[in-house]
Amino acid sequence: MENLEQLVQDGLAAVDSADSLQALDQIRVEYLGKKGVITQQAKTLGKLSAEERPAAGQKINEAKGQVEEAINARRSDLERAAIEQKLASESIDVTLPGRGQDLGGLHPVTRTLQRIEHFFARAGYTVEQGPEIEDDYHNFEALNIPGHHPARAMHDTFYFNPGTLLRTHTSPVQIRTMEAGKPPFRMICPGRVYRCDSDMTHTPMFHQVEGLLVEKNVSFADLKSTVEEFLRVFFERDLQVRFRPSYFPFTEPSAEVDIEWGREADGSIKWLEVMGCGMVHPKVFEYCGIDAEEYRGFAFGLGVERLAMLRYGVNDLRMFFENDLRFLRQFR
Amino acid sequence: MKFSEQWLREWVNPQIDTQELMDQITMAGLEVDGFEPVAGQFSGVVVGEVQSVGPHPDADKLRVCQVSDGASEVQVVCGAPNVREGMKVPFAVVGAVLPGDFKIKKAKLRGQPSEGMLCSESELGLSDNHDGLMELPADAPVGQDVADYLKLNDVTIDVDLTPNRADCLSIKGIAREVGVLNSMLVNSPAIEPVESVHSEVPDIRVEAPAGCPRYLGRILRNVNLQAESPLWMQEKLRRSGIRSIDAAVDVTNYVMLELGQPMHAFDRDEIQGGIVVRMARIGEKLVLLDGQEVELTQGTLVIADHEKPIAIAGVMGGEHSGVSPKTRDLVLESAYFDPITLAGKARHYGLHTDASHRFERGVDYKLARDAMERATRLLMDIVGGEPGEIVEVASDEDIPEDRVVDLRSRRLNDVLGMEIDRTTVEEILTRLGLRVEKLLKDGWRVSVPSFRPDISIEEDLIEEVGRIYGYNNLPVTEPTGSLGLRPEQEAVRPVSAIRNFFVDHGYQEAVTYSFVDPKVQQLVDPDRQGIALANPISSDLSVMRTSLWSGLLKTVAHNQNRQQPRIRLFETGLRFLQEGERIDQQPMLAGVVVGSQYPENWANGRRTADFFDVKGDLESLFSLLGIEIHFVGSQHPALHPGQTAELMRDGEHVGWLGTLHPQVQKNLELNGTILMFELFLNSIVTGYVPNFKEISKFPEVRRDLAIIIGSEVAFADVERVARKHAGEQLTALRAFDVYEGESLGEGNRSLALSLFWQHPERTLNEDEVHSLFNGVIDALKEELGATLRS
Repeated sequence: MENLEQLVQDGLAAVDSADSLQALDQIRVEYLGKKGVITQQAKTLGKLSAEERPAAGQKINEAKGQVEEAINARRSDLERAAIEQKLASESIDVTLPGRGQDLGGLHPVTRTLQRIEHFFARAGYTVEQGPEIEDDYHNFEALNIPGHHPARAMHDTFYFNPGTLLRTHTSPVQIRTMEAGKPPFRMICPGRVYRCDSDMTHTPMFHQVEGLLVEKNVSFADLKSTVEEFLRVFFERDLQVRFRPSYFPFTEPSAEVDIEWGREADGSIKWLEVMGCGMVHPKVFEYCGIDAEEYRGFAFGLGVERLAMLRYGVNDLRMFFENDLRFLRQFR
Repeated sequence: MKFSEQWLREWVNPQIDTQELMDQITMAGLEVDGFEPVAGQFSGVVVGEVQSVGPHPDADKLRVCQVSDGASEVQVVCGAPNVREGMKVPFAVVGAVLPGDFKIKKAKLRGQPSEGMLCSESELGLSDNHDGLMELPADAPVGQDVADYLKLNDVTIDVDLTPNRADCLSIKGIAREVGVLNSMLVNSPAIEPVESVHSEVPDIRVEAPAGCPRYLGRILRNVNLQAESPLWMQEKLRRSGIRSIDAAVDVTNYVMLELGQPMHAFDRDEIQGGIVVRMARIGEKLVLLDGQEVELTQGTLVIADHEKPIAIAGVMGGEHSGVSPKTRDLVLESAYFDPITLAGKARHYGLHTDASHRFERGVDYKLARDAMERATRLLMDIVGGEPGEIVEVASDEDIPEDRVVDLRSRRLNDVLGMEIDRTTVEEILTRLGLRVEKLLKDGWRVSVPSFRPDISIEEDLIEEVGRIYGYNNLPVTEPTGSLGLRPEQEAVRPVSAIRNFFVDHGYQEAVTYSFVDPKVQQLVDPDRQGIALANPISSDLSVMRTSLWSGLLKTVAHNQNRQQPRIRLFETGLRFLQEGERIDQQPMLAGVVVGSQYPENWANGRRTADFFDVKGDLESLFSLLGIEIHFVGSQHPALHPGQTAELMRDGEHVGWLGTLHPQVQKNLELNGTILMFELFLNSIVTGYVPNFKEISKFPEVRRDLAIIIGSEVAFADVERVARKHAGEQLTALRAFDVYEGESLGEGNRSLALSLFWQHPERTLNEDEVHSLFNGVIDALKEELGATLRS
């Protein structure tokens, strides 16, 4: 049985020097397997007396346990090392850029339109569309701009023939919607409009949003709140807004809307014109078959590019239609 | 309209500074566009008198003058051609500072000492005129500061008037507004009839009374048109943007600016017989004051004599009948022309005059006589002469009617959203010149003065009250109407969802012009004629697009020319087709892809985007929209004949996908393989509302096969045949490999397919699957000539 001591010592030494899981397994078989040298010691128990046997058996078990424990410990060491080595071999440069498609972007006009539409949709306005090639009646006549009206000079109109033109504003959509339905109305009409004008500050095509609210009891004071709230929400600022008397053939009273946009050299507010608005002219109601004594309405109109320029600091209107990717990508 | 602030303040002079005055009128609806000092900044310039003029010993063009500044006499060397003895001129003494910080010092000019400088108008920043010295009136007090003498502490204010405010196209009109805003009385010059001293009157016949309801004429005999307009008048005109010409023109302009009545002066000797106001006859010609000859067209109102037209009424006079320094007798015209008759006429002849601007907007129809008296008096003060009687030809039925408008206080309050007390309303109306004729139970009966042609209904009065009360003094309230919820179709996807899809797939949205270059359009859509604009802005923006491709390809060119090789764009918008009499305006969705499929980096490689990349994007879009689209090989004149698909939904054409035809690409000078698609938006936005089906608990079975088949046989046909024979339990069919190679023989390709079956209620047995699979193989062999690949 002195031999057992030695075997354990040898086994532990072998485990210690095992440098792989395979080698370790071999050692396990060699010492603890069915024919392993320590397992074989059990055969010697037969030669012992019944009194000696339990103690000797326990010793053999202890010896097995000792070696097994060492093997297990060694195995987890080796396994941990193996995992670590694998992980080390699998490390990547996480700072390299990712794979796949990049993102496109909405045109800044669309982006601006969506913000405007979203605001008015929450206030219960529908979004209405209409033709861009319009007839004279819907673009002018029904909006109280008869043929000889000097206001026609304010609209540099593209014509196809004397009665057919490119709409100069989106107001004709309001006429068409009122013709087709019954009040009350809350709508906005976004879209492309055209004026025969092209220079630093004009493009022959641009976008407008015109809004209309027709109800039984609506006033200029209601118009003021709608316009003021919209502008404050749009610019995300509690800016000052003022209403300046103006003239549009289809509204009366009419106003231009100025917003506070910085300060003049003398510290006074610098005002910037951003919108037009007013109470719907009774003539317009008449054209649409709406009783102007029963219903009143307000309307407003704004230039989308102008708002986009102010919002995003774009300094040249023409860039919106050049579609230069280096410009467009700034609005994704 | 431009006017001098000082002139306005002669009429009404509120105790507010220039800025406040401008803010005030802007906020009343007369928008101030800008203002400008009437002279440059200078100091040390006095009224000087030239005592003597002598030659310069060493320079032909210079003169040596002795000039008095009132206190002393100094020598000044002067190069102006008009310098002469006794002349009074602006004299910049030594120490003076002229505009541009130009300091006057003692100097020597060609050896002669010069102490100071005699000034032209341009040197004082008064005008661009540097032809010679500015001559001051003979009675100008020598030594007085010129800025004080000329009252140069003044600005020119430019108001941008809306077309309804014709009444403010005069000092009188603007003064009235300022009076209302400051609750002040307004001064106006006393206008007395001028007594006639002879009985000669012009012979006037109005043949077109609808166009000219009122025409006044007067003869002023024996005038001296050599006489210059007084400096004060020239200055007022200059500060209101009008150049002094001669006394007759200056006075008519002055009255126009002051009162708002455009007038005209004819040389009586050039009028043959008498004055006839009539419509132009076809073919008549007239040389205008500006020298251009126009051929008159029908519908043009003219002033004629018994032989020929001598002026376009309310627009511009003729050259021949105009006054000249030699004119002896004048015929003065003051008329009311109908705005509708004159509308657009000036523009028709490429003209826009101060007169036409006013007549088109509506001149006070009762003003002509006052203006005539005012002009006669002013003229006689300058040129002398003998006035005759005024002849007035008026057609009562054509003169606008005086209007009476009722204003209900309830309506006023309802529209403005607040109650304005009655006295305030009455005060506003009265100061505006709107007379309250009668108090009504709930409001006022108001008579409208002839100078406010824009007021004819109740809303006009409401606007006046609101405007003067101040829009910014009105309350701010929320609309109270209730909101009905509106129906919304779940199966219809909003266009915004489609836009977001493309953005997520790497496409940049473009917005291109709806009018395009017909040459480009001819290339992408040769079979159609775009609708042409009658007045395009330029030839490359002259026809309406029949396809969104024209604009997108132009955008590709723009970006390729700016080192942007990878371009992925989409656009939504209308295209415009002429269908017989009808114009069809169809919402489209289009896109274009060129360059590498993915942004170039270490992991993405540099593979160029091809047909199937874009097709994959569209297929994803269609599954987003919940629609089934078939791609059918087809032909399109702008697309590669072998790489064109027509997109079909339930047998209906919904769009195109393809590669730009290499010839078109070459013509457009574009680079790379360009993939393009265009779809009818309305045909694709409606999908379906999901309808749940039970999920099968039983296993799915997969079988693969590879066939060799003629290259001309479309995959779509293989799929169709396979599906037809694969039974109801087929859940999917995929092509997982496509191969062409010599080993297959020419004109053949190999297709590898996998088929999947699953039964909803039980496990499919081996025999069933085997028989379906073999059925598919047999059908492919028989119907399409396929062979199994071993």
